[in-house]
Amino acid sequence: MGNMTELNEQALAKYRNSFLHEVEERVEEGDWVKMCMQCGVCAGSCTFGPHWEHSPQKIFMMIRAGKREEVLRSDSMWMCTSCYNCVVRCPRKLPITQIMHGLAQYAHRLGVAPKMQPTRDLSLIFWNNCIKTGRVNELRFTLSLYFKDGLMAGIRQALSMQSIALALLMAKRLNPLEFFKGHECKDKAGIHRMLKKAQEIESRRQGAHK
Amino acid sequence: MTGSIATGEIILVVGGGISGMTAALEAAECGKKVVLVEKSPTLGGRTALLYRYFPKLCHPACGLEINLRRLKGNRNVRVLTLAQVTAISGARGDYTATVKVAPRYVNDNCTACGDCERAVQAEIPNPYNYGLDQMKAAYLPHAMAYPQRYVLDPSIAGTEDGERAKSACKYGAVDLDMKEDTLEIRAGAVIWATGWEPYDAAKIQPYGYGLYANVITSVEFERLADPHGPTGGKIVRPSDGKEAKNIAFIQCAGSRDENHLRHCSRICCMASLKQSQYVREAYGAEGRSTIYYIDIRAIDRFEDFYQKVLKDPGVQFIKSKVANIVQDGKTGDVILHGVDTEGYHRYANSHDLAVLAIGMQPSVAAADIPAEVIADSSGFIEGALAGSGVFGAGCATNALDVNRAVQSSTAAALRAIQVVNRVARAEEAS
Repeated sequence: MGNMTELNEQALAKYRNSFLHEVEERVEEGDWVKMCMQCGVCAGSCTFGPHWEHSPQKIFMMIRAGKREEVLRSDSMWMCTSCYNCVVRCPRKLPITQIMHGLAQYAHRLGVAPKMQPTRDLSLIFWNNCIKTGRVNELRFTLSLYFKDGLMAGIRQALSMQSIALALLMAKRLNPLEFFKGHECKDKAGIHRMLKKAQEIESRRQGAHK
Repeated sequence: MTGSIATGEIILVVGGGISGMTAALEAAECGKKVVLVEKSPTLGGRTALLYRYFPKLCHPACGLEINLRRLKGNRNVRVLTLAQVTAISGARGDYTATVKVAPRYVNDNCTACGDCERAVQAEIPNPYNYGLDQMKAAYLPHAMAYPQRYVLDPSIAGTEDGERAKSACKYGAVDLDMKEDTLEIRAGAVIWATGWEPYDAAKIQPYGYGLYANVITSVEFERLADPHGPTGGKIVRPSDGKEAKNIAFIQCAGSRDENHLRHCSRICCMASLKQSQYVREAYGAEGRSTIYYIDIRAIDRFEDFYQKVLKDPGVQFIKSKVANIVQDGKTGDVILHGVDTEGYHRYANSHDLAVLAIGMQPSVAAADIPAEVIADSSGFIEGALAGSGVFGAGCATNALDVNRAVQSSTAAALRAIQVVNRVARAEEAS
């Protein structure tokens, strides 16, 4: 985590007054932000609209206004459900969904993303689960999610789902042995090499090695 | 026409709207021979379907009447209606255009008395009111129609209705044996002035045009306000005929949108500002308009009109592109959803009627013009090829208001005159 904060400080020093410039260079599809003409169709079309603090339209304007802290520490972009309603309606064809995910991911890398954000928790659990073997271990994934808020909460959550679990078991859609050793993809080492390479490329782009 | 002139000295004008009429008249008044070809049964085009012009709120009938007067008094222009150019061959100074002429089923004996209209029973959607009402299948397009001659819709030719029209005519003007004809017209230069058409509003799916009766387009609203329109000039809503006193105008409906038309249609802001004044005139203090916009584009001197409307307490401006519209099944009111850019407030506003300030697209896309021209990415004519004698005019070249269309047409007429003058000099020299 110390490294991440360092990354944040490096970014701050480098871009000082131009958060827009930082987003353009380091956030996935960030160079589209300047194309927004503030019409508001994304905000009005968002299925989760009333539940976010800042709509995409507002986030784009905040980026241009240099409101770095407010944007990166916000949990708004974590609320995106990837329904793509905004993307298909945007009159300038901005890849809004991708930018939202790009911002969330960038904030996470810098170590400034909000803590205890359920979407972020789920994403992390999913990611850590699937990169291990190249396949998602559904049983462990589910259990990690149940127990993320502590033992008691996990047991309560698991019990409430037991009838569904039993039905899955009967239908042979849930193998309890997966808890000990899940099935893996054929070339696990290859997957790890690939992920390492991808990480290197991304770090280079986001300035970690500069 | 006295004496004979070389066919290369003729100017062919395609399209008989305000642009084509202007180009034809400017050239003809300079002494050039002109053939003016119009697809529909009348000249006047979309200008004839406007109630008022911005910014002075004067009536288009006035300008059209002047042009028709000029036309009637000029022996240099030959007008062909119901005629469509299907092919153009040749080169600058020597073009041959193939023109298909559809049957009118009414000859020049017609006095426009209207007996055939009364006799015929069949009705068809009225294109001069954008299909908002029905008209008889024997019709005079509109009050300003030129030529002032009736037309029989092809659907009644060979039916009992056709015979009814024929027997009702006291002047022997109905000729049911007319057939489609093909002509070849030779000319030295061609002015392409086929104008514009409104973008298909049904393609803007979140606005529900075609699904909800109380979502209409700005060209339809123009007909509602016109005393010659389907409601006799009453601004009422299509669903139940209730007076529409609280009207939403939605800007950039189709325009400035990569999913629809990528260009700014340029007239829509002014059209909505103008139409807000129709609402005020019809309902006084009770007439309320709300204009939903991205930014208001009232160019150069139109700014004065915008400032005047801004001061009108009956007109409210909301800076927001509306996200979607839903019509309330019970009340028929339309509810507009979106987020206001000035403060990012979410709204759900109820109105009697929603008017989409619909975008403008070329009625013939440049790629479909049967002659080579340089096209822009919206299908407008950007310019003539080097060495070509085919020139664009009016809304075939860009999204223009009437004033700018007339300027563009005068410029096109001048270019065409230069071509035929060169031909004339070559003729003299030989």
